[in-house]
Amino acid sequence: MLTVFLQFLFSGLTVGAVYALVAIGFNITYNATSIINLAQGEFVVIGGLMMWFFSESLKLPFFVSVALTIVTAGIVGLLMERLTIKPLKNADLLLMIMITIAVSIVLRGILMLSFGKEPYAYPAFTEGEPVNVYGAIIQQQALWVIGITGFCIVVLFLFFKKTMMGKAMLACAVNPTAAKLVGINVSQMVMFSFVLSAIVGAIGGMAITPISLMEYDKGPMLAVKGFCAAIMGGLGSNRGAVLGGFLIGVLESMTAGYIHSGSKDAVALVILLLILFLKPSGLFVSKTMLQLRKF
Amino acid sequence: MLLLSIKEIWKSFGGLTALRNISLDVKQGDIKALIGPNGAGKTTLLNIVSGIYQPDKGEVLFSGEKIVHLAPSKIAKKGISRTFQHVELFGNMTVLENIMVGRYAKTKAGFFSSGFKLPSVMREEREIQRKSEEILKDINLGHRKDEIASNLPIGEQRILEIGRALATEPCLVLLDEPAAGLNIKETRDLGEIIKKIRDELKITVVLVEHDMDLVMRISDSITVLNFGEVIAGGTPLEIQKNPEVIVAYLGEEEEVQGGYSAHP
Amino acid sequence: MKKEDFLSLLVLIFLVVLLPAISGNTYTLTVGIFSGINALVAIGLCILMGYAGQVSLGQAGFYGIGAYISSVLSLHAGFPVVISIICGMIVAAFAAVILAVPALRLKGHYLAVATLGFGEIIYIILNEWGPGGPSGFGDIPHFGFFGYAIDSTRGYFYLIWGIVAIVMFFSINLIQSRTGRALRAIHDSELACNAMGLNVAGIKIKVFILSAVYASLAGSLYAHYVTFISPSSFSLFYSILVLMMVIVGGMTNLWGAIVGAVVITVLPELLRKFEELDVLVYGLILTLSLLFFRKGLVPILIDRIKKLRGFAVAKH
Repeated sequence: MLTVFLQFLFSGLTVGAVYALVAIGFNITYNATSIINLAQGEFVVIGGLMMWFFSESLKLPFFVSVALTIVTAGIVGLLMERLTIKPLKNADLLLMIMITIAVSIVLRGILMLSFGKEPYAYPAFTEGEPVNVYGAIIQQQALWVIGITGFCIVVLFLFFKKTMMGKAMLACAVNPTAAKLVGINVSQMVMFSFVLSAIVGAIGGMAITPISLMEYDKGPMLAVKGFCAAIMGGLGSNRGAVLGGFLIGVLESMTAGYIHSGSKDAVALVILLLILFLKPSGLFVSKTMLQLRKF
Repeated sequence: MLLLSIKEIWKSFGGLTALRNISLDVKQGDIKALIGPNGAGKTTLLNIVSGIYQPDKGEVLFSGEKIVHLAPSKIAKKGISRTFQHVELFGNMTVLENIMVGRYAKTKAGFFSSGFKLPSVMREEREIQRKSEEILKDINLGHRKDEIASNLPIGEQRILEIGRALATEPCLVLLDEPAAGLNIKETRDLGEIIKKIRDELKITVVLVEHDMDLVMRISDSITVLNFGEVIAGGTPLEIQKNPEVIVAYLGEEEEVQGGYSAHP
Repeated sequence: MKKEDFLSLLVLIFLVVLLPAISGNTYTLTVGIFSGINALVAIGLCILMGYAGQVSLGQAGFYGIGAYISSVLSLHAGFPVVISIICGMIVAAFAAVILAVPALRLKGHYLAVATLGFGEIIYIILNEWGPGGPSGFGDIPHFGFFGYAIDSTRGYFYLIWGIVAIVMFFSINLIQSRTGRALRAIHDSELACNAMGLNVAGIKIKVFILSAVYASLAGSLYAHYVTFISPSSFSLFYSILVLMMVIVGGMTNLWGAIVGAVVITVLPELLRKFEELDVLVYGLILTLSLLFFRKGLVPILIDRIKKLRGFAVAKH
């Protein structure tokens, strides 16, 4: 009993970690620009597939592949921002939503062209026996996923709270005019936020591929679930995003395990709709934050 | 007869108390002015009467009926119409169309009947057009009827917004700083239109304004607000002589428009 | 009805009657049929987006509801096809209300994602619990009434485009009526609309229902034409496709929906040889349209014509 529960719990936490990273990616762009980048899921796919390309196809050493994948993702984020976001600077919201959808389709198309429709994988980061917790078998890679996610969260927290650049990025979304007046290069911050969110997404993709493989069209579902996690905690709050991501992952895993495996995707969707309809400002948001936030 | 009765209204936003125990009455057929320095709570009060905000405490009676918990569109249907401090016209529609939308609540063509172009719908449409053109003529904007609303100068935009409010055939109209941004001639014309609304159309007017010249010339009764409280009420002459009112205004740094004379 | 719209409607009917006469080619007519079906969905979305200013990424859900309800009722419950189609529209209307009442309080991104979520849930329901599951089912009766069934390509072409013409007539009248004015007003200032006594929420919900019913009708016609359906036709991809039709054609003009539908339906046929490129090409078209042809084909064309007329007048 406990074994089965723990098994589901850990697989839920593993996939939930990726959702948390996608959610954080959403928050990074949202915090800097008030735009929700619906192409966020594609960065995860890019992370997984490019890692395969560098490590399996080009047979480059592990750390070199990691570095190159991160650079690739960053470049994609940069191009997206420069070519499609910047030109539409003052467009209305509808247009912005559509352009991110359009970009996600383009990225998916390129991935399909380059990699085809089959799933790809590469070996886990470390060889070795799975860990045994009360009978539940947990692969080492799963621990890597959760660990790497935790590491990213800490790094990003420090970045936004303690560094000048991080605070500058947050200032841009709150009041771009004021930010410009104090000398912040808003345009650069926006660009950087896209680069950073792309990298964060790609890291998630790199970590999860050895476990659940990666295909060209996993993007949209990841984006939807990641978005769900992001709004669970209140859009813009990374603490909430992380909690939301893990929560969704675990609920999904439990549903698939105990109830009905086909409906697992529906779990996140139902939660999403419930939150949007009942408490769009997020579940873990305090009253004062509610009054300050506008959506 | 009291058309509008505001009773002991309290409203806070977070830590800020915007309105404190506000009570005032509006007699039917009056032009009632609501004046006071910026931040006194005048627009907040209008927003409560028109249903955009819900007060924390207190009641608003319109013709004896409690309206505080009704939605804005329901309140509008009861006969209260308004204009906004920052003009809220339908900028992408023509002047005539703006008025025609004002006729919406008084007409009833539904989706089905409109889609199939039933004769009753066509008749109603012609009537809407006729009535709207009449209103435009009354407010002297007939010559602008096919222009895009956002292209009009601010003075005409404000008049158009009043025209739209009139199209709903209200008993009471709330005007929020209609003279803001208008020059002396435009303000005089505005004054004439407001008087016409009361005299000819028999509509009661509540006017929030900073232009003291306009207020003193056309109001029957004035209520003065400061820091969310009523500090005085009475006829224009009484208000001009009221020492507290003078302090409230002269104590502020803001400029008072028009030619307000502080000397009794 | 305005002169231009009336003339355009006549031109449409003329072309519809003409096409099968010049090219009785089954392939051309089939592409034409699919264009017409997609046009129905696009017109509904156009009214919702271009006039009422709302966004929906879930039209495939209503399209699927129409297809499945109509097929199941006519195949398994023996209902006449026309009744089944109407039942589909009623179910879609209910679903629209359930979605719209909470969702229309949301704006922008939140509304988009809510409708996306709705569409996806419908897809999952069809995939898990629809007859035949992911593989779908067939033997769906052809469209027919009073014993007379339509089973020729030509017949369907006339049927579909006949319905498109009627729906356009209805929609144009609606847009030019008090309702259309209300929609455009809501788009400009909801605050003022409420203050003038318009029940903004109610109107938005009604328009949502309208777009859902159009999509459902299209879905039912699709099912009775192809006689075999599976959930894969009713996925998020279709919702995005319809969105593209409206954007490419121009969302501020109803005719844009038809033009967009034809363009987007014909496109994959032209790209037959380069199947792997299709997703990429769609993405590029959408991106380029949004960046450079934001207004859409029809509005841009109308602007050009107006400019030419302006020149002609100026020259004299």
